[in-house]
Amino acid sequence: MATTYRTCPISGLQFENHAEKLMRWNAVAGVLWLLVGGITALLVILTRWPAIKLLPADQFYTILTAHGIDMLILWILFFEMAVLYFASSTLLRCRLATPKVAWLGFWLMVVGGIMTNVAIYQGSSSVMFTSYVPMQAAPHFYLGIILVAVGALLGTAVFFGTLVVAKRDKTYTGSLPLVVFGALTAAIIATFTILAGAGILIPTFFWSVGLIKEIDAQLYRMVWWGLGHSSQQINVAAHVSIWYLIAAVVFGAKPLSEKVSRGAFLLYILFLQLASAHHLLSDPGMSAEWKVLNTSYFMYFAVMASMIHGFTVPGAVEAAQRRKGFTNGLFEWLRKAPWGNPVFSGMFISLVSFGFLGGISGVVLGTEQINMLMHNTFYVPGHFHTTVVTGTTLAFMAITYLLVPVLFRREMILPKLCQIQPYLFGISMSVLGLVMMGAGTLGVSRRHWDMAFSGAPFQYEWPGAAYLMMGLTGIFGVIAVIGGGLWILLVVGSLLFGKKLEGGKVSDKPTPIPPNTQAASAVAHGDDHVGVPGTVVLAGLLFVCFVLYYFVNWKYLSEVWLLS
Amino acid sequence: MSAILPPSDRLWWKQPIAGVEWAWIGIAFVWGMIMFGMMLYWHIFGKQNLSNEVYKTTPEMFAAKAEKFIAENTIRTETDQQIPVVKIPAGGEGYLIARLWNWYPILELEAGKEVKIHLSSMDYNHGFSLQPVNINIQVIPGYEHVVRMTPTKAGTYAIVCNEYCGIGHHSMLGRIYVK
Repeated sequence: MATTYRTCPISGLQFENHAEKLMRWNAVAGVLWLLVGGITALLVILTRWPAIKLLPADQFYTILTAHGIDMLILWILFFEMAVLYFASSTLLRCRLATPKVAWLGFWLMVVGGIMTNVAIYQGSSSVMFTSYVPMQAAPHFYLGIILVAVGALLGTAVFFGTLVVAKRDKTYTGSLPLVVFGALTAAIIATFTILAGAGILIPTFFWSVGLIKEIDAQLYRMVWWGLGHSSQQINVAAHVSIWYLIAAVVFGAKPLSEKVSRGAFLLYILFLQLASAHHLLSDPGMSAEWKVLNTSYFMYFAVMASMIHGFTVPGAVEAAQRRKGFTNGLFEWLRKAPWGNPVFSGMFISLVSFGFLGGISGVVLGTEQINMLMHNTFYVPGHFHTTVVTGTTLAFMAITYLLVPVLFRREMILPKLCQIQPYLFGISMSVLGLVMMGAGTLGVSRRHWDMAFSGAPFQYEWPGAAYLMMGLTGIFGVIAVIGGGLWILLVVGSLLFGKKLEGGKVSDKPTPIPPNTQAASAVAHGDDHVGVPGTVVLAGLLFVCFVLYYFVNWKYLSEVWLLS
Repeated sequence: MSAILPPSDRLWWKQPIAGVEWAWIGIAFVWGMIMFGMMLYWHIFGKQNLSNEVYKTTPEMFAAKAEKFIAENTIRTETDQQIPVVKIPAGGEGYLIARLWNWYPILELEAGKEVKIHLSSMDYNHGFSLQPVNINIQVIPGYEHVVRMTPTKAGTYAIVCNEYCGIGHHSMLGRIYVK
């Protein structure tokens, strides 16, 4: 298929015509799903806020199901498809393999997403994101998700194919760039994840139309979480890649060590998939040995990988800043960072929130015995709003501030608001996650319409602090929705009304990455080594918080009833 | 911009790793091993471990056993719905049914005395969430989970359902007395 290549005058990035169109459409579709997900978020928050309790129970559960599907699957998967095409075709400066297949994947995802949403809003599929059997949704609920999964699998295949094209056309020499390697990690995990999803949702679809009589409820939970949790690991690999990407673009940062960062991604590929166990720790059907081995991602090797990235990403930024002369004290490099640039501020808040809140809470929650203190409480959504929202979504928002001028050739409108948005969204969402975890620590349930238990034969009064935490959840939830809504407004506004920018030179041949470009050769390791003492202090702080919080929870556990 | 360009040194895997990075990798590795060891340690020395005693069952089989237990051990009934309060003898076994939308029956235990509680669901997934103690266990249809519990303090405890189970989920509240 004939195609052209455009070199962006701002960034020097080279966009192939088909890939560029696909990235745009996928990104826009993702943003539209985020809009739907954001409206449902507001309704969920206003219902769980005990002082408001907006929706009746049936509508609440319908909206909550939609919120999970639209955010966790549709917004993120569409955006990730754009990221995969960017990481392959754009960063490797080659044509996209089989754009027709990529379009087929896109439309399958669109049709599937709409189909599942129709099923949800018809009211007969309020089964939550997890759709645990034997609770049954309408057949098109499952069918829609299957179509989305097939579409995403096609997109992933196009990504793999594009890597082959780049290799064959010799558009780069040597090894893949680190960011592409990270995206490759995400794509490999995605393949496993989608196959696990197919493995459970296809039989469940047959069950919903009456072709299969029964699906074991425990088996469903195990295989389903091979989709449900592993898909969050795609997000981790994707947003860590974006952190490296933003550090590279904003600061010209290079990884402290290619070997260490790639090794950490490799650990993700090897061990992250075991995370299905995290949801089964308080289940009857698995043995303690199975739980211990799997929940620790085989002895915490994937946690180790995340801790490594948590060090090397800020370390790369610090090293780049110190090379530019910000060498005073421990933190001049950080103080003088471009805090007014939403690309950087979004990325850095994402990094800190994911590490301190999402990461630590995730490991504690995923500890076999401690899980009993938190399983299915409000702690769980508190945890994942600080991983998949302040981690992944915020990183995606940050990169979008970069992509709008470069990919969509529009200047961002209202730059002052753009500066504020990552703070507004990132901080309120982080606090939201914290107070949700607080409520969960006090026992408040997730996915629960009424903490006053109206209609129950007994009364149970939650501690006053639980009501306080739920009130704060309401307040910070609303602020976070405003922060997210502002981002959608800014992005959509810029796409429609932003100043048009120069597209740059168009050629019908790709310009390969020259071997040993100035940028690349200036970063040889060893002789220009700089220390990263500030990052050491930050990492030390993370470690101290981690250890303290971890053992505090063992203390909590030791105080409950004896169980054996 | 090297993270988005191929590594400048084609033999990047031969580059040395800085000492501070090695130190952090070492810390992360050791910490991982400590956390892994903690779970094993707790299995041997800890007093809060979830039971591994589980049997496959069916709602009918489980309900029959539970009804027999209730018939033999009921000491009184409570509320307008005449929910039986069933005393589990110390060292004995009790049954707790999770179903749409109640926990059945009310159990009465003694502080400091271990009991074995058989848990199962008659229909969907449910969540056994003992409050204000805050112990949370998944209850799955088709599986009979035998959990050994020793209450530490007398009082009235609530069992909240914390796995979504349909429109009446929020009204699924049970009770345990500890004398």
